[in-house]
Amino acid sequence: MTTWPILSVTTFLPLVGALIVYLSRGDDEASRSNSRWIALWTTIITFAVSVILVMRFDPGNADFQFVEKSAWLATGITYHMGVDGISLPLVILTTAIMPFCIIASWKAISNRVREYMMAFLILETLMIGTFSALDLVLFYLFFEGGLIPMFLIIGVWGGPRRVYASFKFFLYTLLGSVLMLLAIMALYWNGGTTDIPTLMHTAVPRSLQTWAWLAFFASFAVKMPMWPVHTWLPDAHVEAPTAGSVVLAAILLKMGGYGFLRFSLPMFPLASHDFAPLIFTLSVIAIIYTSLVALMQEDMKKLIAYSSVAHMGFVTMGIFAGTMQGVAGGMFQMISHGIVSGALFLCVGVVYDRLHTREIAAYGGLVNRMPLYALTFMVFTMANVGLPGTSGFVGEFMTLLGTFKVSIPTAFFATTGVILSAGYALWLYRKVVFGALVKPTLMSMKDLTLRECVTLFPLIALTILFGVYPKPVLDMSAASVQQLVNNYNTAVTAVKAAALLQ
Amino acid sequence: MSITTAGYQLAPVLPEIVLAIGAMALLMLGAYRGQGTTGAVTTLAVLLLILVGVLEYTLPAGKQVTFGGSFIVDDFARFMKILALVGSAVTLILSTEFLADASRRIFEYAILVLLSTLGMMVLISAGDLISLYLGLELMSLALYVVAASNRDNARSTEAGLKYFVLGALSSGMLLYGASLVYGFTGTVSFAGIATAATAANVGLVFGLVFLLAGLCFKVSAVPFHMWTPDVYEGAPTPVTAFFASAPKVAALAVFTRVTLTAFPGIVSQWQQILVFVAIASMALGSFAAIGQSNIKRLMAYSSIGHMGFALVGLASGTVEGAQGVLMYIVIYVAMTLGSFSIILAMKRNGQAVEQISDFAGLSRTNPLLAFMFAMLLFSLAGIPPLAGFFAKWYVFVAAIKANLFTLAVIGVLSSVVGAYYYLAIVKTMYFDEPAGQVDPVRVEVKTVLAVAGLFNLLFALFAGPVVSVASAAAKSLF
Repeated sequence: MTTWPILSVTTFLPLVGALIVYLSRGDDEASRSNSRWIALWTTIITFAVSVILVMRFDPGNADFQFVEKSAWLATGITYHMGVDGISLPLVILTTAIMPFCIIASWKAISNRVREYMMAFLILETLMIGTFSALDLVLFYLFFEGGLIPMFLIIGVWGGPRRVYASFKFFLYTLLGSVLMLLAIMALYWNGGTTDIPTLMHTAVPRSLQTWAWLAFFASFAVKMPMWPVHTWLPDAHVEAPTAGSVVLAAILLKMGGYGFLRFSLPMFPLASHDFAPLIFTLSVIAIIYTSLVALMQEDMKKLIAYSSVAHMGFVTMGIFAGTMQGVAGGMFQMISHGIVSGALFLCVGVVYDRLHTREIAAYGGLVNRMPLYALTFMVFTMANVGLPGTSGFVGEFMTLLGTFKVSIPTAFFATTGVILSAGYALWLYRKVVFGALVKPTLMSMKDLTLRECVTLFPLIALTILFGVYPKPVLDMSAASVQQLVNNYNTAVTAVKAAALLQ
Repeated sequence: MSITTAGYQLAPVLPEIVLAIGAMALLMLGAYRGQGTTGAVTTLAVLLLILVGVLEYTLPAGKQVTFGGSFIVDDFARFMKILALVGSAVTLILSTEFLADASRRIFEYAILVLLSTLGMMVLISAGDLISLYLGLELMSLALYVVAASNRDNARSTEAGLKYFVLGALSSGMLLYGASLVYGFTGTVSFAGIATAATAANVGLVFGLVFLLAGLCFKVSAVPFHMWTPDVYEGAPTPVTAFFASAPKVAALAVFTRVTLTAFPGIVSQWQQILVFVAIASMALGSFAAIGQSNIKRLMAYSSIGHMGFALVGLASGTVEGAQGVLMYIVIYVAMTLGSFSIILAMKRNGQAVEQISDFAGLSRTNPLLAFMFAMLLFSLAGIPPLAGFFAKWYVFVAAIKANLFTLAVIGVLSSVVGAYYYLAIVKTMYFDEPAGQVDPVRVEVKTVLAVAGLFNLLFALFAGPVVSVASAAAKSLF
């Protein structure tokens, strides 16, 4: 087996692509087309390289694989990369979604194409880096660095209220993250290093656990986003260009869930156990409240944004249930939501490109002119609802199952969210696709083009494949999730036993 | 080498002697040959600064003391001096255009910068209160004149006068504090004060407070910051770049040396002062900058805030804190020089523009300039992976170790507030419609910008060596 640094190559390939795009100067149609093709090929090659990761990955091994380590900052802070069953699915999700984002922007973005493609490629590097960094400082570098390209993507290529949305996105996320930064520093002094695998086995005093957990929570709750710090998300989604929304929903939101899985649960098990009721409460509120809010939306993107918050509620609930089913379900739900919500935003983008409005009231009866679109949209709507047979069902069912073992009321109230989600999703679908085609603006609507089919059909296949056969994803993460859950339960029971003895 | 005078080794002061003699020689050249030599004098001054930097670098390693302990050359001094020399040299390079104008061909400008730099070097190496005052005054007196170097401009003259009056006041306070410290410890040398000042008494604390007040004025920390926005705005832009870089290095260096080597016995006394000053500076720097429309004024508030962040490191009073200060100042100087080179580059039809609204749409009229500035602004806001993040990391990590949690939390929160106004400039450059073409950028400004910009962008790659050097320099203080 060769020993080339495959993970670093995956991470930094998009950055190299961005440099190549930068070097292709000029602003005529030819150079714009060049930038698009370079960006597309870069993302495809990156995906191909990441497939090698999957093939060489040993799912039976719970430890980090493809580990790379070299000196970086003087003391205890190293360049340390590696993936396990929790991060690898997210890395693949990132590399798989990116080509679709580039294709989705093919026609929609016509000004400053070069800068746009560079921003996306840089963002891809930072996202992959976030999921594969095994050093807290390195993780923070990638995690926060992603704010810069996303800020520009929303602000430069966004809608009418882009300035407000981009500032809100940036400052909200930054505010949460700086507190995490202080917690990282405290962990550094506690363990003498910021190496994540080492810190996972370093005992953290109870008081520090509480504070550090809260600081990490501040960052991940905003990123996730959890109620009540979710308000930046609808704004950012509505104003961002289609591909920006896709990246935001499919990948950036997963950083919060990943953070909980990677840091909160393994490093602060006791605090996680103490705060689980808080998470359950916030998750249930998120599921019910944002579903109700989604019912009232007039903007398609805003509706999907609120539904994302509700679905992320299932993820947090499952993760902090601390059971095998809950954590694995949360993991699966993240992947599934990445595919489904990304596809839903692409679907919105399809009609937005034709009519330049996202108002639900402006549409109706599209099925008459766009049968293919109606079918596609239906699959993703059903997946969003969580219909059995789609990937959305598996994640929601497993998280509910896992939570039921721990807290029946939480599971009960969360289940009502499934009903509500059927309410808003079907309502959206009926308003947009069904009904009589009476609006004159819609009379000339064309069905999906080949380019749009290329972006949407693979996602349909994945949604149904993972709906009926979720094993590939679950198997990939099983060993790591099992180890995580075992360590968590051992730590919690040890403390409970000690408390009983006293 | 064993050159001695009156029994004192001269080798450690060799760079200072070379600088002093060189400055005199250039003064003669200018005085006898007239204003026509301005360009030559400036070029020679830059070469002289480089030579002095090389001399400083080649001094034997380890701690050397001369003049009976008044003058200390250690790793810390070497680090700070080279940084101050770089700051001075770069600002002289940036001044070429300003000095090329027929109405402002003043060769004295370069000489004054040289003399001021000499003052900084003495200040950085000061081992007692006398040499501290000597260095401080030499530095400041030259700065007052430089501030007013645009003689026909009322604002520049006002800046110089304001700076002088307030500076004189602060010198008075510092001197008063120094005399109290001398009175209560019976010595002026830092080492002597450290042995005498083991417990706090009213007189000593009084002296300490006045001493720190004088130093706070020089680093423009709240509540002694009032001169900064006016002087930054009024002084010619290259002079502002100079004020924002080299003198800050020297002042912060002496601040660090005085607190850590002269008063290690009463840390808790000066720690609370520094915590207050740091919080006030960070908060004021963040909030007051929001309303600014002039970029130089904004940079003034930004520098007040940044000095607050640097003092966070110092407030922890540990070797990690000193290392944090060193890291902060290196990165701060690079970011500041980069930002000012962009402000200098912003010209329309030969006229310098200073309003933030003039940057509108720069990303389309001059994409590279806009990109570099945006990256510098994100860096000033402390966003990774840019250099500014590492600066903040090292000061806050020291504060966390010293259990200054409140300070750290307020610090990072005000950095979020600060991010707002940096973002507002990025917004102007990237989201707004262009306000018209900018003139081509001069080659020397471009060079400075390229170096500072790359330093900022790629800092993560070579952070390791910088950290080790800073760590060694910090250890030499303890």
